[in-house]
Amino acid sequence: MSQSITPKLVVTASPHVRSQDSTPVIMWNVVGSLVPIIVAAGWFFGIGALLVIAASSLGALLTERTIGRGGTLADGSAVITGLLLGLSLPSGMPLWMAFLGGAFGIGFGKVVWGGLGQNVFNPALIGRAFLQAAFPVAITTWPTVGGPFLQLKGDLFAFPFTRPSLDAVTSATPLGLLKFEGKTTGLMHLIIGNTGGSVGETAALLILACGAFLAWKRYLNWRIPVSILVMVAVLSTVIHLVDPRRPDALFMLFSGGLMLGAVYMATDMVTSPVTNRGRWVFGGGIGALVVVIRIWGGLPEGVMYAILFMNALVPFINRATQPRVFGTHPGSSR
Amino acid sequence: MPYPDEIVLPLRQHAGNPATLCVKVGDHVERGDPVGLADGWISVPIHASASGTVTDIGWWPHPDGTMAMAVRIKVDRYAPQMTRPRMVPHWEGLTVDQVVQAVQDAGVVGLGGAAFPTHVKLAPPADFVVHTLIINGAECEPYLTSDHRTMAEYPDRVLFGIRVMMQSMGVPKCVVGVERNKPDAIAALQQALPTDLDITILPLTVKYPQGAEKMLIQAVTGIEVPSGKLPVSVGVVVQNVGSVAAIAEVFETGLPLIERIVTVSGHGLRRPANLIVPVGTKLRDLLAFCDGVTPDAAEVIIGGPMMGQAQANLDAPVVKGTTGVVVLEKHETRLDKVYPCIHCGRCLEACPVFLNPSLLGDFARVHRFKDMVDEHLADCMLCGSCAYVCPSNIPLAQLFQASKAALRRVKAGAT
Repeated sequence: MSQSITPKLVVTASPHVRSQDSTPVIMWNVVGSLVPIIVAAGWFFGIGALLVIAASSLGALLTERTIGRGGTLADGSAVITGLLLGLSLPSGMPLWMAFLGGAFGIGFGKVVWGGLGQNVFNPALIGRAFLQAAFPVAITTWPTVGGPFLQLKGDLFAFPFTRPSLDAVTSATPLGLLKFEGKTTGLMHLIIGNTGGSVGETAALLILACGAFLAWKRYLNWRIPVSILVMVAVLSTVIHLVDPRRPDALFMLFSGGLMLGAVYMATDMVTSPVTNRGRWVFGGGIGALVVVIRIWGGLPEGVMYAILFMNALVPFINRATQPRVFGTHPGSSR
Repeated sequence: MPYPDEIVLPLRQHAGNPATLCVKVGDHVERGDPVGLADGWISVPIHASASGTVTDIGWWPHPDGTMAMAVRIKVDRYAPQMTRPRMVPHWEGLTVDQVVQAVQDAGVVGLGGAAFPTHVKLAPPADFVVHTLIINGAECEPYLTSDHRTMAEYPDRVLFGIRVMMQSMGVPKCVVGVERNKPDAIAALQQALPTDLDITILPLTVKYPQGAEKMLIQAVTGIEVPSGKLPVSVGVVVQNVGSVAAIAEVFETGLPLIERIVTVSGHGLRRPANLIVPVGTKLRDLLAFCDGVTPDAAEVIIGGPMMGQAQANLDAPVVKGTTGVVVLEKHETRLDKVYPCIHCGRCLEACPVFLNPSLLGDFARVHRFKDMVDEHLADCMLCGSCAYVCPSNIPLAQLFQASKAALRRVKAGAT
């Protein structure tokens, strides 16, 4: 008993241990899971795709760095916003627009709300909605897939506010082809991703695989993408049966930005419900809105607006789907 | 472990009124002599855990983080540490009231950590019928194994304690809930089961907080104790395994509760062990007996790592409610940065009583305590599951504890 024990004591409140997952770990894992998708974007669309992604990420990061709360770059959430925005843009987008979109997404989609965790709407989609409103032509001009890797397609290095030169070889997306020209695209092309479209949205199968990885690591909640995809499949099957000219479920699932939206945008923890029941409601709502906009709306694609609209409903969904507290009866709680 | 040079006995080691002092400086006490007497119904006496001389009576660090009145006893090196001769009451000849009285006189409290006086649970209000006695052998806190060792090594004593409780209270049925990860304890109890009593050993799913009273009742009986009600309202009384063994000891040897089994563990400790420790042993002496701590040891916790109390002063003594002492290394502590809530919803999935810790945490930070009451803050048992899973390292349990304290102050100010 002669040994004296005087360690420097740490005194914290209980619990004194915690699980290994931390918010930065989650965020950086999401970033890591995007790498294969970025590589695929480069493969299909050439270096232009990578430049667009880099420009939007740079916009997001610089904005977070300059007007954010400071020290928040390391948590990885701004990188995710920039990358996701870049992946949702066409590969011929002028880089200054992509940069501006990233800056707008972080500035108006996140920082003004109070930073990480406080925003109501998905920042990447806020950035994209801004670009859609400001530059409707540029954001719907999709250079053709394929060609040499280093070939610059589109109008990447246009100066701000100059009239865009539309001399690039472009092609419509499968959804656009169907909506405006009545042409369909082969399913295999859709699944693999060598079709027209935004840089990161075409490789449907790859996105699903990356999402499965995140779901297995519990970094995204599988209920949201599953409910979105099931809702889209069910509704479009019903519509296809009633009117065979409408696309069938497989085309709806694998075309456009649905996979990217369902797996990466809708599952953003900050802007999706906290309850599991709420997640089913949220995903179902997005799926229904996507089908409605695609079939009856003026636009060929509706994933962005569907998610943003359901983002707005999240607080109400949370409140309506509170679990029953232990030892209480339904209805007696409040 | 051997007797230390000095023991310190706080007069408040149990829920309810602290004991009233009955010795003075300079008195000689024998092992088992009372140093404090019960003050009222929800209170128990405190007994000397070693023979020696009272050297001081004053404020001393208590393991709950406060200071408390305590009796310091210099242990007599050459005393045989025998207790005074005492009569061991034969329990079958006693009335219920006498059994209850004997348990109170022995200073027995719940040994699971809360230290609620055991005799109070033996005498439930007359308007309730108790149909099932549940013995809590779940021991769900990480690291802690003192109940496990009690069941595995002293099954007969546990079952004798159950017999005393069932027959004196007139309870027809008893279920011992043990988590499945203690097969030796389950086997030992099965071996020792008497044939004349309806006692079931029930293996339980291994999960935290399985040993929380209301969780255990639900796992054993399927009944959810209504929010804000006591277990006795659904005809159930829960006792910890250690408390039952302590009751048995009262009627086997007549000894009061002066020592208990303590788990001493954690990566920061050189030689983890389960020890029979005299109540009042200072943490410093206890850790020294376990060959001390490693150079990286950073946090000493009384209780388990989920709900235990971090110690600022190693002079604090082991008290009756001390289930274990866990020493964590620096990298295991929660000193990381706190990030904003990202609404991942993991705390909702973790909460055993289905609260919304994310929302409650937001309220707590802006002091909206009334809204927290509406969101069932009272049902939170501070198990810490939400804070454990939180990826942003938000100290949710601490926020809720502080909010409960703030609400108590508001209530006290209002009356």
